[in-house]
Amino acid sequence: MTTIAPPVAAARPARARPDRRRQGWVRRAPLLPALVFTIIVTQLPFLLTLWYSLQSWSLVRPGSEHFAGFTNYVDVFKDSQFRTTAINTVIMTVGTVLIAMVIGVALALLLDRKFLGRGIVRTLLITPFLVMPVAGALLWKTTMLDPTFGIVNFLLRPFGIGHFNWIGSFPLGSVMIDMIWQWTPFMMLLVLAGLQSQPKDILEAASTDGARPLQIFRELTLPHLRRYIELGIVLGAIYVVNEFDAVYMMTQGGPGISSANLPFYIYQRAFLGFQVGQAAAMGVVVVVATIIIATFALRLIFTSFSGTEQAA
Amino acid sequence: MMASADIAAADAGLATPPPQVVRRKKRGNSLPLGIVGWIVGIVFFFPVLWMVLTSFKTESQAYTNTPSLVFSPTLSQYKTVFSSGIWPYVANSAFATIVSTILVLLLATPCAFALSLRPVRRTRDLLFFFISTKMLPVVAAIIPIYIAARDLHMLDNIFTLVILYTAMNLPIAVWMMRSFFLEVPGELLEAAEMDGAPLRRTVTEVILPVVAPGIAATALICCIFSWNEFFFAVNLTATQAATVPVFLVGFISSEGLYFAQLAAAATVATLPVILAGWVAQRQLVRGLSFGAIK
Repeated sequence: MTTIAPPVAAARPARARPDRRRQGWVRRAPLLPALVFTIIVTQLPFLLTLWYSLQSWSLVRPGSEHFAGFTNYVDVFKDSQFRTTAINTVIMTVGTVLIAMVIGVALALLLDRKFLGRGIVRTLLITPFLVMPVAGALLWKTTMLDPTFGIVNFLLRPFGIGHFNWIGSFPLGSVMIDMIWQWTPFMMLLVLAGLQSQPKDILEAASTDGARPLQIFRELTLPHLRRYIELGIVLGAIYVVNEFDAVYMMTQGGPGISSANLPFYIYQRAFLGFQVGQAAAMGVVVVVATIIIATFALRLIFTSFSGTEQAA
Repeated sequence: MMASADIAAADAGLATPPPQVVRRKKRGNSLPLGIVGWIVGIVFFFPVLWMVLTSFKTESQAYTNTPSLVFSPTLSQYKTVFSSGIWPYVANSAFATIVSTILVLLLATPCAFALSLRPVRRTRDLLFFFISTKMLPVVAAIIPIYIAARDLHMLDNIFTLVILYTAMNLPIAVWMMRSFFLEVPGELLEAAEMDGAPLRRTVTEVILPVVAPGIAATALICCIFSWNEFFFAVNLTATQAATVPVFLVGFISSEGLYFAQLAAAATVATLPVILAGWVAQRQLVRGLSFGAIK
């Protein structure tokens, strides 16, 4: 792919002899609409959030807004609920992404082998990813995990667990079950892509040389898969950290705030508590934390995918 | 090596065609693997299967301690769903999905072109910028978006969702489209260049045929994300512009928790995307893996 170099200027038809500057803008023009649109719709709101975070402002009392300096930030850091939901967010993200990845790797290894009806099984396996998250959460809450009528308890009845209240007892865990179910297919597909891009001749050479399957997996396949796994983890985390639907549908963050994550908590503050300034300050804190983490995460993707090329 | 070599190499990892696959020596189907595969597949699929089955039951059949697999199917739940005014929601969802996807393609295609085949300087930084917008939590932007929409009288307006869904999908689309553009063989481009073909002809006759499947894949992914989106929809719409996920949530609160009815509503809501994903499975897999799987 690196061979696609920009066409040499000399090779261009003589008709166009614009100076370099104009040439630059001609090249840039196709991307400007997308860039300008993205900046306006995604960056402007964050600047406003920054401004709101310095205001004391309640949506239910018009005219109540006034400059409050950093008091909102002081409140955020004093807010123990904010800390709890931050920890919940970390547990939810790390747990979901890692478990989904482990299962995803196993499923990808399975799908990389030949068996009868493999195509159908792959179709079945990617389906959870296609299910509307709101509907998926609803299914898990009702038909799957309902204490009395849910399938999970029905299946566990022979083992003496007949009426266990999953969502009541493990609200965070129940939400994570739904999210793992939805995200495993994504991980599986990425890892499968990695497996299928593995040069088969090397594997065959290794096995003719008498390497055991486990050895081949550990020393050839796994290192090859590493960057696919890293990519899956980063992309998965980007989405899972923002998860709102599952929490909203399954537990509403409850009982109390035991299963609330930051998106849900900030939503509650802004739209149920009408505390614009405070919610904005929380948003800013989350953005700053995300930027710090994302910088590392992006570096990880870039260094691992650029391999031996000059890295960041 | 060009300036954006490192990014290009990043793509190479995912976007190069897999090295010629040497046929495995052992070509037989493994029976034990098949059994494991099918069991796992059914386990993962089960919630969806159960949703569809439950949707054809009566409420009393749905509420049993011992789930019944054999029952006489009824369409009464679907009648309830369709008579409860789902159609405006479907129309809103369809509109937001289709229009935002068209906008995404219109914006992303030239953008990806300028970041791949005719790369601008600082391509790497621009790509970084686009993906970084996906990393910023949406929840931090919802307050100003809500207030802006309120002040512009755009609350409960489907075009608000169209704009937001376009912004939401644009970064993914740019990255995906770029990986497809990079697959256009360099020799083809050079040949066109040598012939002195104008850029427009190069684009329509050389580039588009190669990237057309990629555009389809990108469109599909954008459609899936838009159709399923809930957070913006629930916060920014009320009665006029509400979409299918909002209907589903409202349906619970208005009808109470009736499993069978709910299952029917959920089936209607999820089916379009599931079917589209199944039919276009290859494109989907390809899109989700940023072009790695052909």
